[in-house]
Amino acid sequence: MSMTRRDLLGQSVRYLLLTGAAATAWDYLKAGDAEAAPNYKTTDHWWSMLLDVTVCIGCGNCVRACALENDVPDGYFRTWVERYHVGDWQLEHPLVDSPNGAKDGFPDNRPPGGKNFFVPKLCNHCTDSPCVQVCPVGATFDAPDGVVLVDSKYCLGCRYCVQACPYGCRFIHPQKQTAEKCTLCYHRITKGLTTACCETCPTGARQLADLKNPKDPIHEFLRTHSVQILKPHMATGAKVFYNGLDGSVR
Amino acid sequence: MKTLIRDAGHLVRVALVFVAGLVLFLVVRGVLVPKSFGQYGHYRGDALNEIAARPIKYAGRDACADCHPDVVEVKNKGRHARLGCEACHGPLAGHVADSSAVQPVLPDTAVLCVRCHEANASKPAKFPQVNSKEHSMGMACGSCHKAHSPAMDSGGGK
Repeated sequence: MSMTRRDLLGQSVRYLLLTGAAATAWDYLKAGDAEAAPNYKTTDHWWSMLLDVTVCIGCGNCVRACALENDVPDGYFRTWVERYHVGDWQLEHPLVDSPNGAKDGFPDNRPPGGKNFFVPKLCNHCTDSPCVQVCPVGATFDAPDGVVLVDSKYCLGCRYCVQACPYGCRFIHPQKQTAEKCTLCYHRITKGLTTACCETCPTGARQLADLKNPKDPIHEFLRTHSVQILKPHMATGAKVFYNGLDGSVR
Repeated sequence: MKTLIRDAGHLVRVALVFVAGLVLFLVVRGVLVPKSFGQYGHYRGDALNEIAARPIKYAGRDACADCHPDVVEVKNKGRHARLGCEACHGPLAGHVADSSAVQPVLPDTAVLCVRCHEANASKPAKFPQVNSKEHSMGMACGSCHKAHSPAMDSGGGK
């Protein structure tokens, strides 16, 4: 950072008169642009996702697409698919597996009998996110459009958020050593595209939804279907809605 | 009273040290804290734009339809209407940017089709599934079904 004596004196005086936060606010007031992203207004959106368990076929397209789109390292997952098997009344103890996060699908078969189904999982982009609350440096945050993001330049890699997430959606990137998670393809949805997982889902089991857009079909869907969120007792305000979710799913 | 005035110098010096410390703190804070911190909340506002600026790899089905409307039309009339192009062909944003530089690879139907259509007890019963070994006896799926419109009576196409 190069700085002339005049700049330094000017800044010092400014920070003396105003506190740091007020000075920052003043800068943006002067520049006149609170919204820097072109043609995208963060306050016009409130992103969520609809997952339809009744049509998920466990093909793993979403997991592969996510890994390719976001350079997710092998063995780590921003989204994954779980396979559930509930024998009879043992709702508390379902058999759950997810070989390689379902990146290769589920080639083997469950023995017949009982309930079998797939549950895709990803960051729930909670309204009151436990991960955001525990971050000591403000590296993970709720964006104004409802997406929970990680500022990898600011992240210390302290792992508080990894422990805080009740859905197990976070990991520490093995090379960068910073927290990583689903960004809801923020680089795509801000350009008017859908997420990589929704783009490649063959059955429509995943649908990106904008809760602030009154024309979004999700409103009609939510009004007419029995929809659940994961772990509602945690009061996280999760915004990933599941249709046809079995009570055994955690 | 006289003593107080005589000793006031001590208080002034303490006050000066305190003010100097405050100035130093504010200047250091002003330099170290990124400008956009606190723009939207307790985080660096520039991070939003940095994350939004990452390059895309999947172009999206609308981009495909711009150049290949004939294929998309065939697909949209068949059972695979809801399927995105890149669900099978892979990420092709590079191909959209420069169609000569990145050429899509023709997917191997023997691997591709069974990913979705191999029979599995966990799949929804309504979804069309086959036991591929019994169903085709080793023949490639493409010899009977056309991937873009897979019904047997769909009359060819691509």
